[in-house]
Amino acid sequence: MKTVTVVGASLSGLYAARELRAQGFDGRLVVVGDEPHRPYDRPPLSKDFLTGRSGEDRLALSDAEETTELDAEWLLGVRARGLDARGRTVLLGDGRTVSTDGVIIATGASARRLPGCELAGVHTLRTLDDARALRAELGAGTRRVVVIGGGFIGAETASSCAGLGHDVTVVEAAPLPLVPQLGPEMAAVCAGLHRRGGVDLVTGTGVAGLRGTVAVTGVELADGRLLPADIVIVGIGAIPNTDWLAGSTLALHDGVLCDDGCVTALPQVVAVGDVARVGGTRAEHWTSATEQPRVAVRNLLAGHTAETVRPLPYFWSDQYGARIQFAGRRLDTDTVRIAEGGVTDGTPDEGGFLALYERDGRTTAVLSVDRPRPFMRARRELGRGVTVAEAAVS
Amino acid sequence: MIPVCRLDDLPAGESVRIDTTPPIAVFNADGELYAIDDTCTHQDASLSEGWLEGCLVECPLHAASFDLRTGRPTCLPARRAVRTHRVTVDDGIVHVHVAAEVVAVVASEEEGTAA
Ligand SMILES: Cc1cc2nc3c(=O)[nH]c(=O)nc-3n(C[C@H](O)[C@H](O)[C@H](O)COP(=O)(O)OP(=O)(O)OC[C@H]3O[C@@H](n4cnc5c(N)ncnc54)[C@H](O)[C@@H]3O)c2cc1C
Ligand code: FES
Repeated sequence: MKTVTVVGASLSGLYAARELRAQGFDGRLVVVGDEPHRPYDRPPLSKDFLTGRSGEDRLALSDAEETTELDAEWLLGVRARGLDARGRTVLLGDGRTVSTDGVIIATGASARRLPGCELAGVHTLRTLDDARALRAELGAGTRRVVVIGGGFIGAETASSCAGLGHDVTVVEAAPLPLVPQLGPEMAAVCAGLHRRGGVDLVTGTGVAGLRGTVAVTGVELADGRLLPADIVIVGIGAIPNTDWLAGSTLALHDGVLCDDGCVTALPQVVAVGDVARVGGTRAEHWTSATEQPRVAVRNLLAGHTAETVRPLPYFWSDQYGARIQFAGRRLDTDTVRIAEGGVTDGTPDEGGFLALYERDGRTTAVLSVDRPRPFMRARRELGRGVTVAEAAVS
Repeated sequence: MIPVCRLDDLPAGESVRIDTTPPIAVFNADGELYAIDDTCTHQDASLSEGWLEGCLVECPLHAASFDLRTGRPTCLPARRAVRTHRVTVDDGIVHVHVAAEVVAVVASEEEGTAA
C-alpha cells in the first residue's frame, strides 16, 4: 500500500493516522478535513470550553512535534465529495482528486437540526465554530435559554449555561430524558440533576416550532405552550456524515456498514468513529473513536479482517458539578441496584453512588456518579468478563 | 515539606490526595511511596482515584497512564507529564516535599489573577 487517505480530521481520523505510522505504514499519508482547524477535542465544547474555564489551547489533540512525526499531507478546509466505486479515488470539493490505495472513513456525525435553525440566536453544538458562536452570545448578559433535547449534549449545555447565570429550560419530548441509555430508574436520578442545578425540565412534549422573524423569540411546544427565549440550543442528536459516499458502492444505513473489524465491503476501505456502524452498532462515544482505529488500521494493512473489536462501551458526562460514568451493555429487562452510596429525593447524594445493572445474576453494566474509583474497578471487571459479584468475593 | 498522614494509614495499593494548590496525590505502590500532581494533564480527573498497578497509575476518566517515578504519561490521551514530588517518612509520618517548580507556577498564576 503506497498511499492511504484518511477522510475526516478529528478524533478518530487523528488516531487512525497515528496507528498507521505506529503499525509501520511509511507511505504517503493524506488527511482530508472539511473544517479549517487542526484536530481538536469535542467533549470540552459543551463543558469547560463553553463556561470559559478552559480555552482553545486546551482543545488541541496534537502538537507541532507530533504533526512533524506523522509526516502527513493535511488537506484542511476542503470537503471530500465522493469516493469512486472501487475506493481508489477520493474526489474533493475543490475539484482535486486523490488517488489512493487505502481509505479510512472518519467523517463523524453532524448535529441534527430543526426547521427554523436559520434564525439568529438558534444554535447547535458540534464543532468549535458552533461553540465559539454560542460562547460569544452567552457572554452578552443574562439570557433566557431554551435547550431542546435532554440527552447528554443538551444536559451538559444546559448545565454550562446555568453555571454562567442564565435562565435555562430544557425541553425533552420523551417522558424522561436518557431512558434509552440508562433505563428509567437511573434516568430519573440523572434528570434530578437539572433540578439541583436550578434548570427547569419540561418533558413529554415535543417542539411545534420556533418563533421569531430575524432572531428567535420563543419555542412553541406541541401542547400549545410558548416558552420565551433569546437563545435556543438544539441538541436532538447527530446524523452520521455519509452523504459524500452516496455515489460509492459502500452500504450506508445510519452509518457506513462495516464488519466487526471496521472493514467495509471493499477490503481497502475501513471506517471508524461516529460514522461507522461496526458489526451492527454505531457508537457516538469518544472512547470508541479512539479504540477502533487500532483494529481498523491493522485490518486495512492486512488486506482482510484479521482482528475484530468488541470493546466494552464506555462514556462519561459532566453535568451540574457531577461526573457521570457508564460502561457496559444493558438491556431494558436488566434490573438495577445501587451498590454503593445513595440517592435522596431523586438526586445523587453528596458522595455520589455506584449502580450495577444485572441479568441472571451477572453484571451487564455499571453507572456511577462521582465514584470514579469503584467505577473503574467495576469497569475493568466487566471488561474481563468477570462479574462484579464474583470479584468481590474472591 | 507537608505532613500527609501516618504511614500506617497508607497501606500498599492505596493513595491519598492532599489539597495543596495544585492538589497532590501520594501513592503507596507495593511499599514504595510516590507523590505526583493529582490532576491529570489531559483534562481534570483526579489521579488519586486512578488504578494503581506497579509504578503506573491509570487515569479514571480516559485511561491515560502515568509513571509515578517520572510523572511521564506512558500512553495517550495525556501528552504532558505531571510533576513529581519527593516523599519521606519521619517518625511514621509521610511528608511531601513540594517540587520548586510548582511553587513558581502557583506564584505566577496568582500574579496573573491579580493583574
Ligand atoms: C459537544 C460534544 C460533547 C461531547 N461529550 C462527550 C463526552 O462527554 N463523552 C463521550 O464519550 N463523548 C462525547 N462526545 C462525543 C465525541 O466527541 C465523539 O464521539 C467523537 O468526536 C467522534 O469522533 P469522530 O472523529 O468519529 O467524529 P467527529 O469528531 O465528528 O469528526 C469528524 C470530522 O470529519 C469532518 N468531515 C465530515 N464530513 C467530511 C467530508 N465529507 N470531508 C472531509 N471532512 C469531513 C467533520 O467536519 C469533522 O471534523 C461529545 C461530542 C460533542 C459534539
Ligand atoms: S482526564 Fe485523564 S486521561 Fe483524560
